[in-house]
Amino acid sequence: MTLQSVAFWVLAVLSAASGVAVFVVDSMARATFALLTSLVGVGLVFLLIDLSYLGVLIVLMMVMEMMVMAVFMIMYMMNPAGLMPMKMVHNSRGAPLIAAGVFLLLVAGVFLAPWPRRRGGPPADPTHALGLSIMGPKMLVMMVVGVAILATMISTTVLATHRGRYDGDRPRPRPEEGR
Amino acid sequence: MGLQAFLLLAAALFSVGLYGALSQQAIVMLMMGLELMINGLIVAGGAFWYHVAPASADGQVLVLVAVTVMALEMAMGFAVTTAIFRARDVDMTDDAGDLRG
Repeated sequence: MTLQSVAFWVLAVLSAASGVAVFVVDSMARATFALLTSLVGVGLVFLLIDLSYLGVLIVLMMVMEMMVMAVFMIMYMMNPAGLMPMKMVHNSRGAPLIAAGVFLLLVAGVFLAPWPRRRGGPPADPTHALGLSIMGPKMLVMMVVGVAILATMISTTVLATHRGRYDGDRPRPRPEEGR
Repeated sequence: MGLQAFLLLAAALFSVGLYGALSQQAIVMLMMGLELMINGLIVAGGAFWYHVAPASADGQVLVLVAVTVMALEMAMGFAVTTAIFRARDVDMTDDAGDLRG
């Protein structure tokens, strides 16, 4: 085994195991950091296959995203610190069965499908090729992504702003004291 | 580390995420499951680029789109959570079954 494949398997096991840990640990902070570990592991796997730009992009984006997620976690979880272990799952029989079934199906597909042979080799600078591609033949993708980001910014702001006194048809009941 | 090893990792991440998305009651945990599923898709996209068609940049573009989707999904998810929490004090998926068929 080469050093590269050892690194791949270490990162793959780390990534999958911390993915499982997200739903096993009690503390929400730990769950967030487990998810971060899983995502960073995937980012590092990308470094092994010459995708240094995308790998670093994934790591940086996910670190920021998980920091934001931690804030929301504390806002919206009834038990953010996991000090009182409580069961917060529904469908506790069906969900593992469905997930295991999907996993077995996917694994069967992975090993049984006749995957095409590799055509050509990676360019000397994949990032350069990506830049030329999204500014050339794949520009439509970039434009759609740009519009989608703009639409998301507008709609998240609209959804998250506090409704004023004169918005909506029905009068909104005043929140009780002490909240 | 052939194509199949990468796809195995992708399948594992996707299934773990699917379990989370199906089983968690807290909306935030549900979204973590969705993130894990998209994480699996990203691995598969990178693997197909490297092992099947490295000469063209299509696989890289796909990964770029998936990463964007991941960020947008989280932003929209939290906006919806904020809206429904403001309106009805809901922070569990079981209380938000308005679209149940």
